[in-house]
Amino acid sequence: MLIKIRRRSEVKPSEITPESVYWNRRRFMQGVAGVGAGLALPGLSHAAAVSSAANPYPDVPQGRVPPAWFDAQRAEIKWRSVVPEDPKRDEVAPFAAATQYNNFYEFGGSKDDPARYAHTLKPEPWEVVVDGEVNHGGRIALEDLVSPSQLEERIYRLRCVEAWSMVIPWLGIPLADVIRRADPTRKAKYVRFETLYDPQQMRAQDSAFGLIDWPYVEGLRLDEAMNPLTLLAVGMYGRVLPNQNGAPIRLVVPWKYGFKSIKSIVRISLVETQPVNSWQKLQPSEYGFYANVNPQVDHPRWSQARERRLPNSLFSPNRIDTLMFNGYEDEVASLYQGMDLRQHY
Amino acid sequence: MSEIRFYLNPRFILGWRWLVFGLALVPWALWVGQVMQGQAGPEPGRYLLLNLGHGALWCLLLTLSLTPLTRLTGWKGFRVIRRQLGLWSLAYALMHLLCYVLFILGLEWSQLGKELVERPYIIVGALALTGLVVLGITSNRWAMQRLGRRWKPLHKSVYVILMLVMLHFLWVVRADLSTWSAYALVAAGLMLLRWPPLARRLSRRPRRMASS
Repeated sequence: MLIKIRRRSEVKPSEITPESVYWNRRRFMQGVAGVGAGLALPGLSHAAAVSSAANPYPDVPQGRVPPAWFDAQRAEIKWRSVVPEDPKRDEVAPFAAATQYNNFYEFGGSKDDPARYAHTLKPEPWEVVVDGEVNHGGRIALEDLVSPSQLEERIYRLRCVEAWSMVIPWLGIPLADVIRRADPTRKAKYVRFETLYDPQQMRAQDSAFGLIDWPYVEGLRLDEAMNPLTLLAVGMYGRVLPNQNGAPIRLVVPWKYGFKSIKSIVRISLVETQPVNSWQKLQPSEYGFYANVNPQVDHPRWSQARERRLPNSLFSPNRIDTLMFNGYEDEVASLYQGMDLRQHY
Repeated sequence: MSEIRFYLNPRFILGWRWLVFGLALVPWALWVGQVMQGQAGPEPGRYLLLNLGHGALWCLLLTLSLTPLTRLTGWKGFRVIRRQLGLWSLAYALMHLLCYVLFILGLEWSQLGKELVERPYIIVGALALTGLVVLGITSNRWAMQRLGRRWKPLHKSVYVILMLVMLHFLWVVRADLSTWSAYALVAAGLMLLRWPPLARRLSRRPRRMASS
């Protein structure tokens, strides 16, 4: 017998806004925003109308031409498969905020460097090496890695270790699907991820002043990787990932600090021993392997008890309490039973 | 001869000081303008905070470059803006602190106390700012007269303040040292110019640029 227990982050049928109401609200908001931001310009709204049937984010620029497999999958996307329980607290960040203010040290140390310099990244064609303790490994084209699964939209809170956060609608597939297809051997205990290393495409990998040892490496315990929340994202806001957000494929682990969600992945290895992730290697007293969002364990240089939800404004800094496991406690707390999270930060 | 060359007209000094005053206001006005127009990104408070911090350090480095510049060129105009630029550094640093308290801590005073005790970068930043405040308060003529001989050694603590500022800056860096290194290079250069053998060489140079 299958008993399905609804998780807190799962959407109740009653919570889903009827499509007509959704569109009306969006149109109203666009009208309001358009007065100031010029969104109501005839040219722009026309361009938006073309794709609006299959896309809940008609006002978001589409960026590069999406690959054929992405377009083919678009009609099948399972929209809003996971949404925040409290949409008022967790309002989706504007696309501009999520794409022009982020960390991607391969392109520089400032928050606006990724948006400025990531145009040199070539996200297509792209291959991911799946190797290590697997029976079905190899060099796999992005399309073949992703297409066997259905794309889902997951609206997750993203909590940066620097004590700010945004709510972002990702498009992706469960990492568990990819791992199952690779068929791990019994020896596989951890998953190790690696970002592209190519200073021609990622300018700061050449910098003499960068402290990170490239390529960027991240890791998860196998049970964390298999958790249904763990997502391999290929898009956001209903479109392909912009380069600065980790095109063409990145990890999203919503209960961990943002740096665990490695970008522009070229290698996924199933391994026996715990990988050393880049930040841990750089400063082990500040960054651990687990990096679970935890308001009780401070970063040595700042408090993690609260966070600034972005975008904010000068006189409403939007400081909110940080939740244990970033609010995904019901789904993931069992993974860490009996562990001292102060020690395994 | 040289006295005539280096004589600065009081009206010129006044105009020059007002010019420097206006120029020092420009970055501040620019950043505030960007925030008001919504061009400072999704976290305008942090944008102001970081820029004002850079502004304070810029003013401090400019202040410290005036003595070597005077030695190098013999032009007294550099000397008459030294106190003003030092005070600008203090002003930017105070606004930097204000941004931290308002926009990062959101006026949670209990948190400020905690940060002051626990975070090394906050501690050195607070020490540096305290130092700048002391120098600012004692920068007027009355204080100079009251302090007499002790004034100069007191104001030489600006070198210690510079080092505290650089440490404060270094300890907020996460993974990219490029900007910090650029500032550190300038700071080290200015310190090196205080090294007596080098400082003497600077002032022995012919002062031909003085009046042209």
